[in-house]
Amino acid sequence: MSATILFWSVTLSQWMLVAAMGCAAFRVIAGPRAQDRVLGLDALYVAAMLLILTFGIRTGSTIYFEAALVIALLAFVSTAALAKFLMRGEVIE
Amino acid sequence: MTGLDDFPLWAAILVSLLLLVGAALTLLGTIGLVRFSSFYERVHAPTLGTTCGAGGILLGSILFFSVLQSRLALHELLITVFVTVTTPVTLMLLARAAIYRDRTEAKANMPESRADVPPSSAMSSDSLPDTKA
Repeated sequence: MSATILFWSVTLSQWMLVAAMGCAAFRVIAGPRAQDRVLGLDALYVAAMLLILTFGIRTGSTIYFEAALVIALLAFVSTAALAKFLMRGEVIE
Repeated sequence: MTGLDDFPLWAAILVSLLLLVGAALTLLGTIGLVRFSSFYERVHAPTLGTTCGAGGILLGSILFFSVLQSRLALHELLITVFVTVTTPVTLMLLARAAIYRDRTEAKANMPESRADVPPSSAMSSDSLPDTKA
């Protein structure tokens, strides 16, 4: 009973997160200016991190936690570097 | 999802509720990212996913692994703290870069600058009118 509840809720939330990644990818592709694309990339990173966490719940293993932590780190570093690039024209001065 | 038949029902319902609420809020945030019309409205939308969405899914994950391993599993708190701390920093950097780009190109659809601060010095000072007078 509880396995069935967990299976269907994890499946449904995974499909919702995939739809969220699709919306963010639309903004990355269609965004009129560069800052819109960077914002879409940040939302895409967050949705991917949450999707990997739900994979961890589905399989019941804690290995996915480390992948999610690495993706969160990459999201911070890449968005900060891209924002710095849009502001100054170069990342490291 | 095998081997979960002795998982308690209350925990399954609670984990499912937290997961569904978190995923739905993340989806709502990215729908706002698609549908809002200007960048300064769009920058607000994905924060719904990084605060409530990530909070719901991470809380569900903490509850699931704590009940599954019958001990307190708090390692997801690391991601929660990290996302909560870094998202305002990155989005404020991005919004400042966007304001700088729009001001140098004199775009029309940007937020009003303060009336008492000329646009040339509005970027450098953090909008403190007392320092100018």
